[in-house]
Amino acid sequence: MGAAIEVRDLNAWYGSTHTLHDISLTIPANRATALIGPSGCGKSTFVRCLNRMHETNPIARVTGSVRLGELDLYKGAAPVAVRRRVGMVFQRPNPFPTMSIYDNVASGLRLGGLRNRRKTDEIVERSLRRAALWEEVKDAWKSKSGTSLSGGQQQRLCIARALAIDPEVLLMDEPASALDPISTAKIEDLIFELKADYTIVIVTHNMQQAARVAEVTGFFLNGYLVEFDATTKIFTNPSDKRTEDYITGRFG
Amino acid sequence: MTRTRFHQNLDDLKEKLLVMAGMAEQAIQRAIEAYRVGDLSLCDLVVRSEPAINRMERDIDQMALDLLAMEQPMAIDLRFILAVIKINADLERVGDQAVNIAERVRDLQTSPAVDLPVDIPKLATLAATMVRQALQAFIDADAVMAEKVLTMDDEVDEMNRAVYRTLTRSIQQEPTNSHQALHVLLIARNLERVGDHATNIAEDVIFWVRGADVRHHMRTGI
Repeated sequence: MGAAIEVRDLNAWYGSTHTLHDISLTIPANRATALIGPSGCGKSTFVRCLNRMHETNPIARVTGSVRLGELDLYKGAAPVAVRRRVGMVFQRPNPFPTMSIYDNVASGLRLGGLRNRRKTDEIVERSLRRAALWEEVKDAWKSKSGTSLSGGQQQRLCIARALAIDPEVLLMDEPASALDPISTAKIEDLIFELKADYTIVIVTHNMQQAARVAEVTGFFLNGYLVEFDATTKIFTNPSDKRTEDYITGRFG
Repeated sequence: MTRTRFHQNLDDLKEKLLVMAGMAEQAIQRAIEAYRVGDLSLCDLVVRSEPAINRMERDIDQMALDLLAMEQPMAIDLRFILAVIKINADLERVGDQAVNIAERVRDLQTSPAVDLPVDIPKLATLAATMVRQALQAFIDADAVMAEKVLTMDDEVDEMNRAVYRTLTRSIQQEPTNSHQALHVLLIARNLERVGDHATNIAEDVIFWVRGADVRHHMRTGI
């Protein structure tokens, strides 16, 4: 099951640049939450704070709290442990180039210490099924390389890889922006199905996509969270003029 | 990402709806004047203007449909286009009511004139004022003015009921006048419908401007 994420007074910096200002919100469990805003608004930085990716940059810094259930991500939790509970999928599909489809999905399990072959097979197959890729790859999943797949299939492979370690939250940073409309539709359908088991946070520049897949939407601008509300409210009658101006294309 | 061309298209859509509004308003005013002075040439003008109003309705719907399909509008732009589609339908019906009135006036002219104790011009003026103010609210994106239109509808309804009471009594007392009285009663009904369409337009303006649904007395959103 997914878990809710409680963010309180989150601030982030790159060196002396203050990129996120006092962000407080609750991302609901087992829902898709979309984050929108112009380039450089802080939405990608924000999701990177949700699995402690932000601080992988040596000049980056974070203050405030991010809680996932009983776990406070920035108080005593090891980054690796956090990333086991909060998986991430990036804009460009990034399968490990020398590995088979199977090994790509199994990589996280092996890093976690799983050695049992039958158990690994079972989890890899289940993850590929959950990522709606199994039917397309089942005949050559152990022999075919991950990079031989199409762009859309590669992205679903990366989703399967993220799901294999059984996270509670799946962060997706523009997961369909490099894909054609058919692959995009498959990813969107998949997001819909994954909500039953995971909490999804999706960063997107495509507002129609946010409207289609997310129940909740947050609008970021210049490092501030301007509005966070039900998606239907944001896209039909937002409370803040800046949100309205952005989504109707009056600035940006 | 500034969508200049799209917003120009929205301005064009608004302008086209205002042309449609002008046509519907002119039709209803001519029909009222035809009743007042018994001018059959005005009745002809009203009836002949209907196909142009119908054509305009289809053009506006097509334009709105194209914008929905091609531009995927959001928020106030989406509400604007929805409001335009609904106002367009109401204006077309105002045109239909004008034709109904014009046809009844034509028929009335073939019967002997009788003096009926009802003030149709007063009812007509109020209904036409509602249409004018609803359209002015649309032009100015003025939800406060639109709210005033909503309050006028009760008055039109009451006047229509008074006409009904008076004319049913008149028919009972003077059955020979029933043909004329029925026509006038139905004209009052047509005018009451015009008031309803003006109310719908005003509600759509409020929805567009505020995002609040005030139809069927759901006025808590204001």
